[in-house]
Amino acid sequence: MITKTELQKLNKEANDIRIKTLETIAHLGVGHVGGSLSVVEILTLLYFKEMNIDPKNPKMIGRDLLVLSKGHSGPALYSTLALRGFFPLDWLKTLNKGGTNLPSHCDRTKTPGIDMTTGSLGQGLSAACGMALACRIDNLDNYTFAIIGDGETDEGQNWEAAMFASQYKLNKLIAFTDYNKLQLDGTAESVMDLGDIEGKWRTFGWNVYRCDGHDIASIESKIELAKLSNNKPNMIILDTVKGKGAAFAENKLTNHNMVVSPETATEAIDELKKEL
Amino acid sequence: MQIRDGKPTREAYGKAMLELAANDSNIYVVDCDIGKSCKTVPFSQQFPNQHVNVGIAEQNALGVGAGLATTGKIPFVTTYAVFGSMRMLEQIRQEVCYPQLNVKIACSHGGFTPANDGASHQGIEDIGIFRTIPNMTIVAPADYESAFELVKAAAKYDGPVYLRFTRDAVPSIYKSDDKFEIGKAVELNKGSDVTIICTGDILSKGVLATQQLEKEGISVKLLDMHTVKPLDKEAVLKAIKETKAIVTVEDHNIINGLGSAVAEVVAETGGCKFKRIGIQDQFGESAPYEHLLAKNGITVENIVDTCKKML
Repeated sequence: MITKTELQKLNKEANDIRIKTLETIAHLGVGHVGGSLSVVEILTLLYFKEMNIDPKNPKMIGRDLLVLSKGHSGPALYSTLALRGFFPLDWLKTLNKGGTNLPSHCDRTKTPGIDMTTGSLGQGLSAACGMALACRIDNLDNYTFAIIGDGETDEGQNWEAAMFASQYKLNKLIAFTDYNKLQLDGTAESVMDLGDIEGKWRTFGWNVYRCDGHDIASIESKIELAKLSNNKPNMIILDTVKGKGAAFAENKLTNHNMVVSPETATEAIDELKKEL
Repeated sequence: MQIRDGKPTREAYGKAMLELAANDSNIYVVDCDIGKSCKTVPFSQQFPNQHVNVGIAEQNALGVGAGLATTGKIPFVTTYAVFGSMRMLEQIRQEVCYPQLNVKIACSHGGFTPANDGASHQGIEDIGIFRTIPNMTIVAPADYESAFELVKAAAKYDGPVYLRFTRDAVPSIYKSDDKFEIGKAVELNKGSDVTIICTGDILSKGVLATQQLEKEGISVKLLDMHTVKPLDKEAVLKAIKETKAIVTVEDHNIINGLGSAVAEVVAETGGCKFKRIGIQDQFGESAPYEHLLAKNGITVENIVDTCKKML
């Protein structure tokens, strides 16, 4: 359970991460606004409360692991890691620039705190399965988290991984679907309807939970339930809004990768600062 | 250089993995429901905690392997050459080669060696595909003995390696105590007229062609280029310098395989006379191995003739 004070603090962190994410993308002028802003609350909760990590020792053995399978949401994760102290905030200004440690999509060889290279959709859950399995074999008590997008759920490899996680009883694997209901070409429903998404994962042998992906207390309660699992992998469906918190982007079909002018960003950031 | 009856190199893979796992608990096999065929069943029985079977799901196999490697394990993702080089290709590029994870792709059924299985199972494009991916190393052992040693060398090598094995038996050339180094060609015969460079299962044809040519008074340098990438350029440059012509021989498509790799060195250095022997950019069929090779000119006679015509 999260206390009221803790929740206030986490909500403030989420707001800070959202602001930093917008600043980071605006500094470059273009970026994956929509999918970055929809995962802010889950990243906040993981990195500022749930995960056993040490920013000074990013490769610490036995730490909790995260695979951000939707690697294009890198800017949100970079902002989270910077605010958590994995690297200087100044790095955020280097996003996508030559020689940067913060490439467009997550890269484990470049960025402290990134556990797996991603960017080609549909592959992250398999890697998370391998990590969770390795940790269990090594008798580690840690958790492996994975965040997948609703759009990339179209990829068949996810369902190979879903069967594998169930077969190998990866109970310490906790995955999240960022169900923001938009993908690049249109709504998820119109492009490739996920239909009964909860039923699909359940049929594949997973524990399935669902909550408002912008409600930190609610996500935390689902993670607590997932941690009780002793023989099944866990999927938490996060109902989210693509572009959440920035009026110029929120729920817009064009928000997957969009131009962000300094004025647009400033306006959105000013609005967010009012919430602080 | 004496040719003896040999065994399939996939059997050497299975045996080498047992030796490796006995000495290192980080050695893993990730199978795709063809463990019986890829000779990893004894491994799964003796080292069940180091064995993962993902079922018929190659893309996931690679991802699971990559995940294992992030924690310091050394997984050998095991399948056939066609699936290892194509069904899981983009996953290998994205999750192994780009992040330089220590994952080995161990594939049986290289080239025409799964002869009767037909075109669907004959991996004739694999070397070319992997040549174009940065950070990948490509190893195609010639016989049982070298395969056994090269699997162990691959385990010691920190980084992605593609290993190509044969489904069917191939003649043995090496002795069990011969040593091999990844990236370094083996000079099986010294010569001054022509160089024959082979990779993989057809090395025995290179040996027989060498013996035939030497009988006819032609001095042949014979190289086993078991590592196609990184190519042993020094060995090729030495061949250009020491002999008048080079012939490459491979059980792989004529495009982008060993011959192309050697041709790049020959062309860029002013080179020497040069010819490639390989699969003539056509699919195989269900037929005996020798028939398939002959259809593509991969014969001792053609190697001998090709060498003579250039001198």
